[in-house]
Amino acid sequence: MNEAPFVIIGAGPAGLSAAEILLKSGAHVVLIDRSDRLGGQLTKQTHMFFGSEKQHASKRGIDILKLMVDALSGYDNLTVHKETTVVGMYKDKTLACLKGETYFKVHAQAIIVATGASEKALPFENNDLPGVYAAGAVQTLMNVYGVKPGNKVLMVGSGNIGLIVSYQLMQAGIEVVKLVEAADSISGYLVHASKIRRYGVPIEMNKSVKRAIGKTAVEAVELWELDEHWQGIPGTEEMIECDTICLAVGLAPLTELMQQIGVEITFIGELGGNVPRINPRFETSVPGVYACGDVAGIEEASSAMIAGKIAATHALLNAGIEVDKAESSLASWRQELQGLRNGPHGEKVRKGLEKLGVLS
Amino acid sequence: MRITEHPILSFKGKKPVVFFYNGQQLVGKEGDTIASALHAAGVKMLSESIHLKRPRGFYCAIGNCASCNMVVNGEPNVRTCITPLEANMDVRMQEGKGRV
Ligand SMILES: Cc1cc2nc3c(=O)[nH]c(=O)nc-3n(C[C@H](O)[C@H](O)[C@H](O)COP(=O)(O)OP(=O)(O)OC[C@H]3O[C@@H](n4cnc5c(N)ncnc54)[C@H](O)[C@@H]3O)c2cc1C
Ligand code: FES
Repeated sequence: MNEAPFVIIGAGPAGLSAAEILLKSGAHVVLIDRSDRLGGQLTKQTHMFFGSEKQHASKRGIDILKLMVDALSGYDNLTVHKETTVVGMYKDKTLACLKGETYFKVHAQAIIVATGASEKALPFENNDLPGVYAAGAVQTLMNVYGVKPGNKVLMVGSGNIGLIVSYQLMQAGIEVVKLVEAADSISGYLVHASKIRRYGVPIEMNKSVKRAIGKTAVEAVELWELDEHWQGIPGTEEMIECDTICLAVGLAPLTELMQQIGVEITFIGELGGNVPRINPRFETSVPGVYACGDVAGIEEASSAMIAGKIAATHALLNAGIEVDKAESSLASWRQELQGLRNGPHGEKVRKGLEKLGVLS
Repeated sequence: MRITEHPILSFKGKKPVVFFYNGQQLVGKEGDTIASALHAAGVKMLSESIHLKRPRGFYCAIGNCASCNMVVNGEPNVRTCITPLEANMDVRMQEGKGRV
C-alpha cells in the first residue's frame, strides 16, 4: 500500500470539503494554505449566500466556513500547514513548500489542487497607483482586518462581486461614489443591484476608467464612455474625486503549479481563462492530480464544495481505498451540481463545461 | 482608519501591537498583517517599482502579486499582505528588488 498522504493545496470551500471526505476514510491528509486562516474566499464574505440549501445557502459565508472547519476537528489523520505556500510541484508528486524562511518537501500519493483564482487587473493610465485595489483585497482589508480601504470609492464592474463589495463598503461606513460597467447591462443578480441603487449609488453602463490621477496615491479618477467595441469616446471624459478605485473585473484560475508538471491546460473564456483539462472525475491529464473549485473554472462556493467531494472520492477509489456508499453519493452530488448550474446564471458555466467536454 | 461600527462584524477588544515603519513607531492591532496595520495608519505606499521607481501599494491582499513587498527585519521581498504583524517588527519601504 502507498503510505504517502493525500495532499490538498488550498483550504477554501473546495479544499475543505475534499479534506472531510478524505479524512472520513481514514487516509492521511495534508492540507496546505498560504494564508494564516483557513477558508479561502469565505473568510471575508459577510453576506448571506445564494446557492443550494445543502451547501448552506442563506447562511453567511463566514458562518459556513466555521461549520466546514469544525467538521475537520478531532481527526488525528490530518496535518494542516498554514502560512505555507506551495511554490513547486514535481512530476513524482513531490511538492516544494515555503513557510516563512523554512523550505520543506511533501511527497503525495494524490494531489488535490484547490488553489482558487486571482483577480484580473484592468489596463488604464496609472493603474499601479496605491489606491487601485482588487475588489477581493478591499473585502479582505475591511471584513477580515477591520481596516477601511479609503473614504470614497469608485467601483468598476457590475458582476456579483462588484455589487456585493459595494454594499459591504457601505456597511463599513465608506462612501461608494459610483459603480461603472463597460458592458451595456448589469452582469450580476438584479436583487444585489437594486439594493445598492436604493442606497443611492448610481450604476452607469458603457463607462470605464480612462486614468487614475494622483502623486503617491489615488486622488481622483477620470472616466469616459465606451462605444460598442469598448473603446473610449474622446470628449465624454468626466472627473470624479475619490481615494480608492476598486476593480471587480473578473477572476482567473491559479493554474501555475499544474503547469509546472505539464498538466494539459486549455483556454476557455467562459470559465475564466486558462483551465486544466479535467475529466468528469475532476482528474487532470496527469493521473492522481485532481483540480476542483475556482481553479478548474470560476463558479461559486456551492459548486466548489460539491466538486471537492467528488474529486476526493475519486482520489480514494483510484488509490484502492474503499469508500462507503461511493456510487450513490457520487450520483447525488452530480445531480446537485447539475441543479446549481441549471439556472440562467449557470449558462456561461454550462457553455464552458461543454467546451471542456465534462458537462454532467 | 479602522472600522468602528459595523452591522455584522465586531473588531473590538484587539490588543495593540507596536512596530516600526522606516524607524518611526506605529501601532497596529492583534490579528493584523503588516499591510493592514500600515494601511490603518495611513501608509498606502509600500514599495517602489523596479525600473521606473513608481509608487506601489498592495493590490491583491492574498499573496499573489508581490506588489506589497517590503523589507521586514532586514529581509527583503516579504509579502506584507499575508505576513502577520509581530511586536517590534522593523518594516521598511523597499526600493526596487531590495538589497540583501
Ligand atoms: C464578493 C464575493 C461574493 C461571493 N458570493 C458567493 C455566494 O453568494 N455564493 C457562492 O456560492 N459563491 C460566492 N462567491 C464565490 C466563492 O467565494 C468562490 O467561488 C469560492 O470561494 C471558490 O472556492 P475555492 O475553494 O475554489 O477557492 P478559494 O476560496 O479561492 O480558496 C483557495 C485557497 O487556496 C490557497 N492557495 C492558492 N494558491 C496557493 C499556493 N500556491 N499554496 C498554498 N495555498 C494556496 C488560497 O490562500 C486560498 O485559501 C463569492 C465570491 C466573492 C469574491
Ligand atoms: S498585495 Fe498582492 S502579494 Fe501582497
